Amino acid sequence: MSLTVDQPTELMELPIKEIKGRSLWQDAWRRFYQNKAAVTSFFILLLVGIFVIFVPMLAPFGYAETDWNFMQSAPSIENKHYFGTDSLGRDLLVRTAVGGRISLLVGIAGATVAVLVGTVYGATSGYLGGKVDMIMMRFLEILSAFPFMFFVILLVTIFGRNLILIFVAIGLVSWLDVARIVRGQTLSLKSKEFIEAAHVGGVSGFNIILRHIVPNVLGVVVVYASLLVPTMILFESFLSFLGLGVQEPMTSWGALLQEGSQTMQVAPWQILIPSAFLVITLFCFNFIGDGLRDAFDPKDR
Amino acid sequence: MSMQDSNSAPEKIDSTVRKVGADSVLNAQANQAKKVSQESSLLAVKDLSVQFTTEDGLVTAVNGLNFDLHEGETLGIVGESGSGKSQTAFAIMGLLAKNGRTKGSVKFEGNELLGLSQKALNKIRAEQIAMIFQDPMTSLNPYMKIGDQLAEVLILHKGMSKKDAWAESICMLDAVKIPEAKKRIGMYPHEFSGGMRQRVMIAMALLCRPKLLIADEPTTALDVTVQAQIMVLLNELKRDFGTTIIMITHDLGVVAGICDRVLVMYAGRTMAYGETEEIFYTPTHPYTIGLLKAIPRLDDDKGKLETIPGSPPNLLNLPTGCPFHERCTHAMDICRDVPPPLEFLPNDRQRACHWHPEMQIDDAGDVTKGMATDTNTDINNLSTLEG
Amino acid sequence: MLKLIFRRILEAIPTMFVLITVSFFMMRLAPGSPFTSERSLSPAVLANIEAKYNLNDPMWLQYVNYLKQLALGDFGPSFKYKDYTVNELLSQSFPVSMELGLYAFILALVLGLILGVIAALKQNSWMDYILMAFAMTGVVIPSFVKAPLLVLVFAILLQWLPAGGWNDGAVRNLILPVTALALAYVASIARIMRGSMIEVMNSQYIRTAKSKGLPMRRIVMKHALRPALLPVISYLGPAFVGIITGSIVIETIFGLPGIGQLFVNGALNRDYGVVLSLTILVGVLTIAFNAIVDILYAIIDPKIQY
Repeated sequence: MSLTVDQPTELMELPIKEIKGRSLWQDAWRRFYQNKAAVTSFFILLLVGIFVIFVPMLAPFGYAETDWNFMQSAPSIENKHYFGTDSLGRDLLVRTAVGGRISLLVGIAGATVAVLVGTVYGATSGYLGGKVDMIMMRFLEILSAFPFMFFVILLVTIFGRNLILIFVAIGLVSWLDVARIVRGQTLSLKSKEFIEAAHVGGVSGFNIILRHIVPNVLGVVVVYASLLVPTMILFESFLSFLGLGVQEPMTSWGALLQEGSQTMQVAPWQILIPSAFLVITLFCFNFIGDGLRDAFDPKDR
Repeated sequence: MSMQDSNSAPEKIDSTVRKVGADSVLNAQANQAKKVSQESSLLAVKDLSVQFTTEDGLVTAVNGLNFDLHEGETLGIVGESGSGKSQTAFAIMGLLAKNGRTKGSVKFEGNELLGLSQKALNKIRAEQIAMIFQDPMTSLNPYMKIGDQLAEVLILHKGMSKKDAWAESICMLDAVKIPEAKKRIGMYPHEFSGGMRQRVMIAMALLCRPKLLIADEPTTALDVTVQAQIMVLLNELKRDFGTTIIMITHDLGVVAGICDRVLVMYAGRTMAYGETEEIFYTPTHPYTIGLLKAIPRLDDDKGKLETIPGSPPNLLNLPTGCPFHERCTHAMDICRDVPPPLEFLPNDRQRACHWHPEMQIDDAGDVTKGMATDTNTDINNLSTLEG
Repeated sequence: MLKLIFRRILEAIPTMFVLITVSFFMMRLAPGSPFTSERSLSPAVLANIEAKYNLNDPMWLQYVNYLKQLALGDFGPSFKYKDYTVNELLSQSFPVSMELGLYAFILALVLGLILGVIAALKQNSWMDYILMAFAMTGVVIPSFVKAPLLVLVFAILLQWLPAGGWNDGAVRNLILPVTALALAYVASIARIMRGSMIEVMNSQYIRTAKSKGLPMRRIVMKHALRPALLPVISYLGPAFVGIITGSIVIETIFGLPGIGQLFVNGALNRDYGVVLSLTILVGVLTIAFNAIVDILYAIIDPKIQY
């Protein structure tokens, strides 16, 4: 027995969904904006981005250039080696910037590969459902059991230290999580009424995926992607740290850290400065990722 | 005083006399009766308010509740979702969320409950006051055998051994009509049906023979037939154990079935309070009247369901004056500006409304026979005691 | 119960098969491997390999033989060191990594759970914020930053602990590596436990438990802990993998002769025998561990039918 008056329910969800879709993004954007940590992180990342792009263009030293006068010298303003030099006399400021380019590039590219492959795989598996889904997920589970770092190192060992290989390999091992999440989202979306309405309305399967599923999955994917980037950067740094990443004289933050850890006692700036950059960048991406997650689903704390 | 024979025609009362003279006399009598009842009451609630501090502001979920519960009585608290009825129960049990604050007084057997430490409350919980909740699926711990969940109250409160506690629990499960109790006691909640789970909850609550049982919408989550079974069970247990019950519900049928007294809440406030029979047969509050009219009846061939227009207010943004005025068929100008004061009437009855039935002196009308009113959507009438 | 275990093991087998098969064929296809026509290995090593793997056999026969050897636990010869088989190399380094990993795992679990429960029970207090801030740094900062920093502070500046070396597993030598390895997982487990505990403590059945007048201690230990543990148990699989992977770096930095170091050196030296064998070994361990975790999960959650 109801004590209140029932409001008439909306019949056509379809046109309303598009309006709702827009305000969902606006809502999320507003929430994100209010998250101080996330916004601050965004600006810091912007600064880091500017740093890595412009410093090598503007600096007086090349990243592979040896300055015979100042071998392994501490940071100083007079000799223009603001971050000091390493044991081969190379300017650390420029190398940090160049290393940053590689680290960020691999991170973002790797994340992109993972997201693309994962989203397509997950959405297809979830949408098609039934036996196909079962097989695809089984395959996923089998792949998940592998210790991927080992596999990547294996690939690098076999096929050499190619930059493109590295971020493809890294991306390929991380798409699994994305696929799982996207599949879960797709499954829950599939059962929602507006998909049925679209079906009944005669929208083709492909269009359904494109126009209804993808935008709704996008939110989750964006959050995951932003958390994936630091993971990718870490992956690459890990490889480089072990000497299995980029080739000399090209460098990345991971490689710089490796050099720095060797010379810790005599030249602490070699490890401290790249570490600082790496850690700050990682923190920023994490805050942004958390902020995005909160923005899209505030209950998920 | 309040002689009421529902079969005879109501007496037409001279409203002038009512307003001038009766107030003082009747109210004094009412207050006298009230004081007497308070002294021997099991649970005395006075001016209870519950507020929550939220990001969006201060929410007053319960606003100035007053009632006295005597041993053996059953009180029904009725209201829509968001009326504050569950929060009242939580306030009594000390189970409010961290951002909740209470004001006023709740005395159990003369001892103040509000503000007690959790440790002190734990001595009262289960032993003196027990509670059963709305959704038995989520209210029982899915990771513990029900035997453990039952026995622990006996072990911890009565110092029983595990063996004795389990034996006693089996007895109680029998009492609530769980078949094959001995076998089922070692099972997990998900192995029971909804109705059986609720019976387990009831058994769990009654194990220590508490004096007061608070039932928060115990049948809402159940099928109608199961609802009936549970209500029958509760009636039997009430009779066998003599438990005082507070029944929180939004279903007037439940109230009619088991409650001696009823408290009607809206937006956290008391709208009406009194003996169930009185309130149901001679409602004087527009909200109560609306609720009663909204009950669909088989013997009524009006063909149209009556509803109360609008929806409950947002507690963050309460309307000024009476919280119900925007939906009230008898709203007057004063209702918009001034919240109606809670009047205490004889026979321990309360109402909060500016409008009084005898104000419509030109309209004649009968008191409702049964529940439905006739074609007149204006409830005028009224017999009986009023202030 | 047994049925579940049996089923889980059955499910794990095809996974292992895929792993081994892929590894086998990778080895055959790798450039610079003796299985192609590039002979870039020393003749002595080559001799070993040819003796071990009969290269004139058809591929399927080689595969079957390889499987047979693996089943017997024979990982074949090293591609770099002519005097050693992989098994010999492993027998020295596996115990080292085992000790390192085990201690790190236990530390992560115990400390992580305790900190997580404390943070949850004191939600939003200053203690909670500090713990969670610490947890965040623990998770975000990679181990190869933490480890050198720890060495910098404790070995170089304070000189309390040695900067490296195994020293036959002396406790002093274990402290920094185990800490550096475990920190990220202490942090992760603490975070997961905290979130899970908070969610459980806010559930209806805990409210029921409170209404029964149970002391908080009993509510936490008997009512809340078991369900709260479930997400942590799910995490144990990835944690295991992470610790193994992390040990690669840790052993490199601290100079510990474990399989991590073996692996890295093998990769740098293009010692396919070592690298592939280790990949298979770790893969099998991971699969086995995941199966155990699944079974553990089913034991704790009574809703799972078996």
